[in-house]
This record gives sequence, C-alpha cells and structure tokens, in this order.
Amino acid sequence: MEQMRKERVDRGLKVRTEGIYAISSYREMAYLLGPRLFFILAVLSLPFILDLAPYWKRVINIMCTYAILAISFDFLANYVGLVCLGGAFFTGIGGYLSAIFNTYLGMPVYLSMPAATLGGAVLCTLLLLPCLPLRGVYFAIVTLMYPLLITRVIEALNIFGGTNGMTGVDSLPNEYVEHYLVILLSLLFLFGMRRFVNQDIGLVLRGVKDNDQSVRASGIDVTSMKVMAVFIASFMGCFSGAYMAHLYMWAGLSLFALDFSIIPIASVVIGGGGTLIGAVIGSFILVPLSELLRAFGTFRIVIYSVALTAFIVFKSEGIMVYLQRKYHQFERWVKI
Amino acid sequence: MEILVYGIINSVILSMVALGFTLVYSISRLPNFAHGALYVTAGFTTWLFLNRIGHMPYPVAIILSIFITGAMGALIYRFILIRIRGMEISEIISTYAIGLALLEGLRWGGLRGMTFTLPPFIEGSFQIFGVNVDYQRLIIVCCGVVVFLFLYFFTHFTKIGLALRGIAQDERAAMMLGIDSDMTAIISLAIGSGLAGFAAILLLPLGNIIVEAGYNVLIFAIAVCVIGGLGSWGGTIAASFIIGFAQILTEAFLSTHYQMVVALLAIIVTLLIKPSGIFGKQKELEERV
Repeated sequence: MEQMRKERVDRGLKVRTEGIYAISSYREMAYLLGPRLFFILAVLSLPFILDLAPYWKRVINIMCTYAILAISFDFLANYVGLVCLGGAFFTGIGGYLSAIFNTYLGMPVYLSMPAATLGGAVLCTLLLLPCLPLRGVYFAIVTLMYPLLITRVIEALNIFGGTNGMTGVDSLPNEYVEHYLVILLSLLFLFGMRRFVNQDIGLVLRGVKDNDQSVRASGIDVTSMKVMAVFIASFMGCFSGAYMAHLYMWAGLSLFALDFSIIPIASVVIGGGGTLIGAVIGSFILVPLSELLRAFGTFRIVIYSVALTAFIVFKSEGIMVYLQRKYHQFERWVKI
Repeated sequence: MEILVYGIINSVILSMVALGFTLVYSISRLPNFAHGALYVTAGFTTWLFLNRIGHMPYPVAIILSIFITGAMGALIYRFILIRIRGMEISEIISTYAIGLALLEGLRWGGLRGMTFTLPPFIEGSFQIFGVNVDYQRLIIVCCGVVVFLFLYFFTHFTKIGLALRGIAQDERAAMMLGIDSDMTAIISLAIGSGLAGFAAILLLPLGNIIVEAGYNVLIFAIAVCVIGGLGSWGGTIAASFIIGFAQILTEAFLSTHYQMVVALLAIIVTLLIKPSGIFGKQKELEERV
C-alpha cells in the first residue's frame, strides 16, 4: 500500500512579506494587514451592527471584559510561566476599589476607574509578592486561594457592605462610552501586549518561563521581572473589575466569583495559548455561548470545563494557531 | 484540654484530606486538582447507594464508592493526563477543569441544600479527659492511624509500593529497571483518589455533603502539602498538626470565618521563611527560584 503524508509548505506570499519586502506592493501589505484590520473594524463596528439586537449589545461589554482578562491570563501563563488560577482576585480588587473610591470618597467615574485600576494593580502585586518566588504548581495553588480568602475576610469582617455588596456606584455616562471604552481598551491591551512581548523585555520574560536559572545567571533579577509581569496582568484585571463595578453600578462578592477565573482560562486554551489574540477570539466565542446557555445555570461551568479539557487533550494548539497555519501555509499529500 | 483533643482530631482530619493529594504528587509529580471533586463525588455516590440505588447496606456502599473514586482517578490518568504529562500548565488546568466539571455538574444535578447527609458509623459520644467526643471522631482518628500505617507498610514492603517509591525517587532509573511509569502513575492516582473517597466517607457524617466542601478540601489539602513540603509524608503530617491546632485556636479565640485565612497566612509565612516547606529538601532548586 502506498503511504502518503501531509506536507505543509509556506505560501510564497508569506515568505515575501517577511522583512522589508512587506512594503513592496499593496498585495503584500494587504496580506499582512488584512486580517488585523478586519478584526479591528469588526470589533469596532459591533455596537452598530448589534443595534438590531439590543440585548446582545450588553454582551459586547462582558465579552470585551473577559477578553481583557484572558489577555492577562495568557500573558502571565504563556509568557512568564505563572499560571494564575485566581483571575477573579484582580477583578474583585479592582471592582471593590473603584466602588470605594466612587461611593465613599465621592470621586467621579473618570477618576475612580483609573485610580482603582492603578491602585488595584499595586495592591494585587503587593499581596502576591510573597508568592512570586514560586512557580508552576505552587503559584497556581496559591493564586487559587486568594479570591476565596478575600471573600471570607469580607464576609467575616462585614466590611464594604458584607454579603450584600456596595450599591450606588455611578454608572458610565452613556451607552456608547460603555461600549467603546472597553472595546478600545481591549484592542489597546491586545496590540500593546503583542508589541510588548516582542521587545527585549518580553524575551527576558519568556526566559523566566523557560529557564529562570539562566536568567538569573545572566545577572537579571527574576523576582523583579515577575513583579513587573504581575503588575501588568493585574493592571488589566483590575481595569476589568473597575469597569464591571461601574457597568452594573454595584460591587459585591460575585466579583470574586469563579467565572472570572475559569472563563478566561477556557478562552485562552480554546483560542490558542501564547498568541494573545487567540485569547480574545476565545472569549468572543465563549461569552456569547454562555449567554445562549444561560438557561442551564451552573451547568455552563461544566460545559466550559469539558470543552477546556477536550481542547487541552485533543487540540492543544487552539483555534488561532490553526487559523494562522491555514493562512500562512498550504498542505498537500505527498508520497513517502 | 478541649483544644488539645479537638486539635488532634482536626489535625488527623486535615492529614486524611491531604494524604491523597500528597501521595499522587510525590509519586508521579501530578498535581491532582480534582482531589476535592473526587472527595465530594465519593460522598455523593455513597449517599446514592444508600438511598436511591439498591438501598445497600452501609459497608457495601462505602467500599463500592471508594472503588468508584479510585477508578475515576485511574481513568482520569489513562484518558486525559497521559496525553499531557510533563506539561505543567496543561496538567494544572485540565485537572482543575475536571474537578470543576464534576463539582458543578453535581450542583446542577441537584446536590444542593441540607438533604444530603451520611449517617455516622456509630451514634453517641463518650468522655475523654472530661471532653465530649462522639464516636465518629474517634473512628476518624483510629482510621487515620491505620491508613498511615497501611501506607507505610505498603510502600516499604510490597513490590508495587517499592515500585512507586522508585518512580518517585528517580523516574529514569526506575524505568530502566523495568518499572512502568504510566502504570505506577495510574496506581498512584487510583490510590490517591481512593484515599480522597475514604476521607470523604469518614468525614462527611460530621456534616452535610455540599459542593463547597470540594473547594475547601482542595484548599486545605494544598495548604497542608505546601507547608509540609510537597511530596514529603512526614512534612504532611507535621503540617496538618500545625494547621489543625492553629485552626482550633482561631476557632476558640476568634471565629470560624478565619479558618481559611489561617491556612493561607500559614502558607505565605512558610513560603517566606522556608520556601520548600518544613520537610521538603529535595528538588528545592528545581522547583522554586
């Protein structure tokens, strides 16, 4: 029997667009820019397209919030090697801080959100500081405990509204600000992070992930690199939390809920780890799906978890890597 | 006196909970984040066997559900973990996802409220040093000691147990001597999960079977293991005594809400002072910076 195998070859166009030749003609430029521009324009026009279905316009906000969280998880896990199972910790801290700034200190929205994002990032970094020398399993374990811990503390001390949460948080000025604030920021975070991880410093961070002893041997302080990475990740997470507090005009214990930890992880795995844009695409698939499955209640988490496991085991590259491959390469069967 | 007696009981409870997790991690380096879920599942299946399916006698139900949880652990390895072994991030995420799926699936399937309880093995209580202790807690302590002894003899004097220890010490050398790494991993996961089920059946008669117990068990198991040094048995027992007494003390002088806080603070303090845990010596450089 004749044996065949699949061969993958880079498209000529792809080869031509590497390096300076990318600007040699409109075709090459379109090849490079096309998918990106399509994505950006599609996301930007979403609020207008969904004018037809007002219910789904609310979903855009949640979708982008989760996208930011997923970028944050992807960055920490696949570029720095810190698996953070407690993404809800960041959202919770950000949301509560923003609510505190807004209701107790009377800051307007445009002050309380940035202040909560920045302050929350600092706070999260400080709280996670003792755990940073850990890696792999150990870090995952400890971060898993943080959101639960804070929930218990708030319940026990009955501070910040206790189990009822804090009401009376100001809403954002209008609907379009709501949409575009989060859309623009998620795009900014996405492309900013893509650029960031390809800088020298991104290379060092990847070194921390792959072999931290050699980074240390090069005279670079591993812990301070990790501090920076956690600061960036928690910055994004705290922003989502602060945004959600203002979106729902409420900050409560559900900001520390499991959803904010597990959905970003699921979207990263489904979208393709380490690509950053895969994280966004994953959450753009998962969040509308979860809206459709709203009737199932907690069964949604089961569906996510099963999908997550299935993707990890059978399709660990994720959607984005698959699409990239199809875009850049063609396949053919050849005889062995 | 009360603090001493209940401290010991609480410590044994904690070490029972942590034993399965630390066993799996020490032998096959797999973090079994589905540990808490298996714990709750064992309780639930026992309840099912007692009340819905067949109304079996209590001992039969217990043995069956321990076997089921053990088999679940083995299946998790055989069909999922075997494919991603060595990829730390994937291991953590997938076992955590399996645990979540089990727990939330049980919640969705109706595991809510106060109706799910297991009867204690023997009703009643007795006095020890002037402190009231019910028989269930006495049984827990006795079973804990028996399990420790059994595991000690199992890993030191049986062929399978020695193979497990060999893999734990040096996987390559053990494989060269003909020990199948996958087989030992399956066995270790089966034993670890079975221990989780055993712990569940011992401990759940003290309260209700609730989904949240799964998360708490996972967290306490991990807290104990991290403090004792992951993969170190003596450390696990020592750490469970430390946390056990710390918890009883906080309960006596503060409030029960702080139990989790104590566990996390203990972890952070341990990590700051001695990052590899109390008794963790080996692989210090490899695993932490």
